[in-house]
Amino acid sequence: MKVALVGNPNTGKSTLFNAFTGLNQKIGNFPGVTVDKKTGFCKLPDGRGAEIIDLPGCYSLYPKSKDEAIVFNILSDKNNPSRPDIIVFIADSSNLKRNLLLFSQVADLGIPIVLALNMIDLARKNKLYIDVDKLSDKLGVQVIPISARENENIEALKNAIANAPAVALQNAWVDLPANSHTLVDKIVDEFQVESKYAGLQLAHHYETVSYLSPNEIGRLKSLTEEYDFQSQLLQTEETLARYSSIDELLAECVSKQPEVKGPSITDRIDAVVTHRFWGYIIFFFILLLIFQAIFSWAEYPMVMIENFFGWLDNIGHQFLPAGPLTDLLMDGVLAGLGGILVFIPQIAILFGFIAILEDTGYMSRITFLMDKIMRKVGLNGKSVVPMVGGLACAVPSIMAARSIENWKDRIITIMVTPLISCAARLPVYTILIALVVPDDKILGIFDLRGLTLMGLYLLGTFGAVFVAWIMKMIIKNKERSYFIMELPIYRTPRWNNVGLTIYEKVKTFVFEVGKIIIAISIVLWVMASYGPPQRMEKINAKYADPVMVNTHSEQELEQMMSSEKLENSYVGILGKAIEPVIRPLGFDWKIGIALITSLAAREVFVGTIATIYSVEDNGDDTANIRAKMASARNPTTGELVYTTATAFSLMVFYAFAMQCMSTIAVVKRETQGWKWPMIQLGYMTAMAYLASLIVYQLLK
Amino acid sequence: MKLSELKLGESGVIKEFSDLELSIKLLEMGCIPGETVILERIAPFGDPIAIKVSGYQLSLRKEDASTVILSS
Repeated sequence: MKVALVGNPNTGKSTLFNAFTGLNQKIGNFPGVTVDKKTGFCKLPDGRGAEIIDLPGCYSLYPKSKDEAIVFNILSDKNNPSRPDIIVFIADSSNLKRNLLLFSQVADLGIPIVLALNMIDLARKNKLYIDVDKLSDKLGVQVIPISARENENIEALKNAIANAPAVALQNAWVDLPANSHTLVDKIVDEFQVESKYAGLQLAHHYETVSYLSPNEIGRLKSLTEEYDFQSQLLQTEETLARYSSIDELLAECVSKQPEVKGPSITDRIDAVVTHRFWGYIIFFFILLLIFQAIFSWAEYPMVMIENFFGWLDNIGHQFLPAGPLTDLLMDGVLAGLGGILVFIPQIAILFGFIAILEDTGYMSRITFLMDKIMRKVGLNGKSVVPMVGGLACAVPSIMAARSIENWKDRIITIMVTPLISCAARLPVYTILIALVVPDDKILGIFDLRGLTLMGLYLLGTFGAVFVAWIMKMIIKNKERSYFIMELPIYRTPRWNNVGLTIYEKVKTFVFEVGKIIIAISIVLWVMASYGPPQRMEKINAKYADPVMVNTHSEQELEQMMSSEKLENSYVGILGKAIEPVIRPLGFDWKIGIALITSLAAREVFVGTIATIYSVEDNGDDTANIRAKMASARNPTTGELVYTTATAFSLMVFYAFAMQCMSTIAVVKRETQGWKWPMIQLGYMTAMAYLASLIVYQLLK
Repeated sequence: MKLSELKLGESGVIKEFSDLELSIKLLEMGCIPGETVILERIAPFGDPIAIKVSGYQLSLRKEDASTVILSS
């Protein structure tokens, strides 16, 4: 048996879903949209199992966005595997009028339905009394008062699901519009729709119905035109008619809500939290806390994960027979796996915070505070969280953009977040700054190196704002842009909900994004480790020569050999091939190689440079590498390689370039295709190239 | 008078809408002719605003609020 949860946002739908299914749930995606499809299993009191599907929260069956269209698409499509046998409609007991609007629409689709009155404890506390029996009688459906948060009456609700009739018994709420009967009958007949109301819905928004073929959409278009179907006007009339029957119903079944005296707790919190001064101070400190957490707290578990994989790598090389298979397993697969798992701490922490912000109701206040500022550049109030998160890492931040409902705002946020300078750029910046910026102070207090670093961060941020502004004008959106949003009352966060969110996000990342990351990292590893066989054999022979072996220490030999092998690998060949292209930026082929290897992750730049100049990469101590870079000269001209112009050009390049396969992978997952990650890779590379070109040519 | 012209703390009764498309969304969110609205909050830069309607708090941009006509 399939059961769908339907209801308005902020009514405790996901809490009920968690109460039904516990850890027994699966996250997928609805095709074509970025809404999590949550399904789970639940055992009913009579021993039957029920598959529960959590449909996205909405206020009406008339969709205002692609995401909201899912509800009607699933409920009205006979062939949809997710189409429920029973609907559990969850309503906020304190807000029945608005909630029953959607209920009345869903009930008219003709699927058996059970009404759950959630947060009944809150209603009781506010002295709001609902005559459940009368309501049930009038509606013709089972009505169960529950509190999903307190686990109250959940068993009774399960019983109601088990006892639900196989055919819908509810009465129709409103009559069809007077002059639409022939049209609706025709649609019901031609399209084999199960209820008249579903037929009417098709006439209203056939364009958003995913299961219709282009021919069918064309047919509906000509039918509605033929009958002069005034969609918007009829929707307004229908909504008003529904409200007036709801008013009659509520007058009979609900005691009049007593006037609340004085400001509520929510009002008092809002007075501070949305205050013109304190509101921003509080928000700033919350952002600071989140940033601090993903930047520094995540550091410890990340280092532990890295060390663990380093240890595994050592063990593997020690105990497995040496050979290409071991190398592939250890340096390709295992390193790729480590590269995925290392993101878990940041994802867990960021989503822990986001779940708390959403759960308490503070997230919508962020939108309220930031809407005006962010709207100017084409972003959304909620874009602030992913963008601040981007200072630490774009990967969890892009996943966080899911909380932005508007499609265009979400895409723009995803597209510009990687421009914010993330933690992985820091090693590249610091080594280059130390190389060319003198350790001086300006005006006695401002550290010149610190100022340069700050300049790079500002450059990234302004870049992001600029691109957002451009995209705002380029990207076309069929959805009309408006901003009408509920400010829910404040609640304490439900910790098991926070835990589940973290668990789900980590799981999604590891299994869906992880496979792309591991594939790219294996390709990069193979390209950096292998080259044309003749060349590699030559190098092996050279370093096996007794003259070489006797004149160099083992460590020197190893470093020189890996440097030469990298140079002759496929990556090395590619690096040399792109030299003419990157020459105008002041880069030589050695930098070219580092650019290619650091596609895996930006910080790889430092390690590659160390290998190329055959110095040992001591982790935190980069003095050796710096010394080698400072003295590196162009073999043909004899000029220094890392001049101020080249170093700045390189920093600017890293500020703007994508150079991160994990970001590409996560954008692919979040936008459901390769289109947006490829546009992003393209525009960021072009922007980096142009900016570096300008910087180098000016400073040269 | 328009909803966007209310002052902080003032209330009014919804009469009609001047934008048909937006009116559907507003109706669904509980802004129904005859309902009383109170302007509860104005965001720091003057926009958006938050109103109390149908027993809960709703935030909307002034631009959207200007399509809601209140009976005087």
